[in-house]
Amino acid sequence: MPVMDFGDALNLALKEEMRRDGRVYCIGEDIVLGLPFGVTKGLAEEFGLARVRNAPISEAAIVGSSLGAAMTGLVPVVDMHFADFVTCAMDEVVNQIAKSRYMFGGQIACPLTLRMPYGIGKSAGGHHSNSVEAWFVNTPGLKVCMPSTPADARGLLKTAIRDPDPVLIFEHRALYRVQGEVPAEETLVPLGAADVKRAGTDVTVIATARMVGEALLAAEMLAEEGISAEVVDPRSLVPLDRATLAASVAKTHRVVIAEEGPMRASVGAWLAWVVMEQSFDELDAPIARVAAPDVPIPFSPPMEAFVTAHAGQIVAAARELMK
Amino acid sequence: MVEEGAPTPAPDASHARIARAMTHAPGPDQLLQMYAAMLRVRRFEERARELYHAGRIPGFIHLSVGQEGVAVGVGAALRRDDYLLSTHRGHGHLIAKGGSLRALMAEIFGKATGCCKGKGGSMHIADASVGYLGANGVLASGCVLAPGVGLSIQMRGTDQVVAVLFGDGAANRGPFHEGVNLSALWRAPVVFVCENNSWASTTAHELSTAGGSIAARAAGYGIPGVAVDGNDALAVHAAVAEAVRRARGGDGPSLIEAKTVRWLGHHEGDPQAYRPKSEVEEGRRQDPIARLRAHLEGAALLDAAHAARVAQAIEADVEDAIAFAESSPLPEPHHALDDLFVHWPWKD
Repeated sequence: MPVMDFGDALNLALKEEMRRDGRVYCIGEDIVLGLPFGVTKGLAEEFGLARVRNAPISEAAIVGSSLGAAMTGLVPVVDMHFADFVTCAMDEVVNQIAKSRYMFGGQIACPLTLRMPYGIGKSAGGHHSNSVEAWFVNTPGLKVCMPSTPADARGLLKTAIRDPDPVLIFEHRALYRVQGEVPAEETLVPLGAADVKRAGTDVTVIATARMVGEALLAAEMLAEEGISAEVVDPRSLVPLDRATLAASVAKTHRVVIAEEGPMRASVGAWLAWVVMEQSFDELDAPIARVAAPDVPIPFSPPMEAFVTAHAGQIVAAARELMK
Repeated sequence: MVEEGAPTPAPDASHARIARAMTHAPGPDQLLQMYAAMLRVRRFEERARELYHAGRIPGFIHLSVGQEGVAVGVGAALRRDDYLLSTHRGHGHLIAKGGSLRALMAEIFGKATGCCKGKGGSMHIADASVGYLGANGVLASGCVLAPGVGLSIQMRGTDQVVAVLFGDGAANRGPFHEGVNLSALWRAPVVFVCENNSWASTTAHELSTAGGSIAARAAGYGIPGVAVDGNDALAVHAAVAEAVRRARGGDGPSLIEAKTVRWLGHHEGDPQAYRPKSEVEEGRRQDPIARLRAHLEGAALLDAAHAARVAQAIEADVEDAIAFAESSPLPEPHHALDDLFVHWPWKD
């Protein structure tokens, strides 16, 4: 199987979908040059500037125009540049894109994809580092996915583009240059299908995106202590594959939920409720959570490292559950 | 008063306006249709107001009585397959675009037969069958949807246009500026129409809008900016028709500021303590329906008997819509869970 990095896998998905469907176009800031993370590089050369559209720094217009285009027959793929900047288009995402189909009684569809480069790292500071997926999981009308591997990135982005509804795909900045095997043939990864990234018997670690890698590292460390951790990656949060979570908990009876965003009212808090609701009788210990402290992301490296969720915290939480 | 980028639009008719109006002047049939359309909007809203105060309509309604000249001036300049993006004060816009009175009335009643199955209500109506892509509860939000609709038209290679209506208050939100800028950059077939009724809810235009003229803002984006008397449906029509002609021809967007008078409150129930009564009295003297009727009578296109027939037919249509809404079923409560997604095979 060919090996490529996460960013190139996304690039491949865009090329495949733009070749397949002439209605698909990309829009964002600096995307003709492939900035900021290389995902759109080479697209303008192949598809031209009409379908690879550099936009002014006008997030409301970038996102809002994509809804206007989607409801009248096009299939936009929006590059949010940094997910943090979606705040400048919150009305467009939350009030317009998420609600239009519902509010209008199903008269219109909104087949658009919002690519959300996000996440902590490299001292990007408070306006370029945040995990904002919880806002959108809490917004009815949006589908939300979070790939952790190059193969999942390609397969989920292709699915997102083909989906007739709005899909947000969160691409962690720290993963763009991570390598992995990607099937040579065209492969879709469905929404609502979790993936067990490592099988185990003692504790289930639920993690998405960058935290999957941390969870796998934690599982290696726990194995040395004789603790067998199973790593479950939901891959999409909306829809959520509850059955795979339930099956894992039925096997391990202990759960650590790891996420990069802040602790309060988060995706992890919701997943903990899902596990409690569907697997209460299976649990042998309280559900443990790993998340960031409830502060903005600080700039200086030691402070940034301090608030970055990591494998060591997962190991500590799992150990505690095994006592 | 059709002046491109004019900083202070003159209130009187200029030669330029007359000359351009002539090129798009509606024929006798269309003039009569415009008259009937304005009356249809007026009577629909007057009856909706009565029904609202009688407790038949839930929520809030924002009425456009007095502003019909804008709705119909715009609607008459568009084709059925053109698009329209509207506002929270959008009943008249939908009627002028050819939407069904029955489906509209049923929607604001919250009935299952409404154009949005009761999920939208007065502030969030839509009727895609006539290109009406939605009223909007958030001001100026349509201004950023518009360039995307325009892009879709360009990429699909049709000669449609999209008109986007918004109020003077909305012209002070960022999306107005972002939407005009992007449309101008793309030379998108968009017609921006500011319905300036001089009140942003309860805040006066002069206290909210620096520079005074919204039309003049067009100059900053290098597109035509035109101010017209919004109480003159023919002036609105002439300006919009010219902007539509430009848009269809690939010459890009225009901005039209139509100055009008909101006869009623911001919403029904607004006591309007902030506003002198004389303003509405002055507005009533500029009644767009009376003005077009006088024009039609002057041109011998309408007499009293004909006008009575028109009024009678409209009365029947409006009462039919009310009867339809009243007799329609309320939605089943669990239908609150429908229509969120096109594709949702999951149980979650």
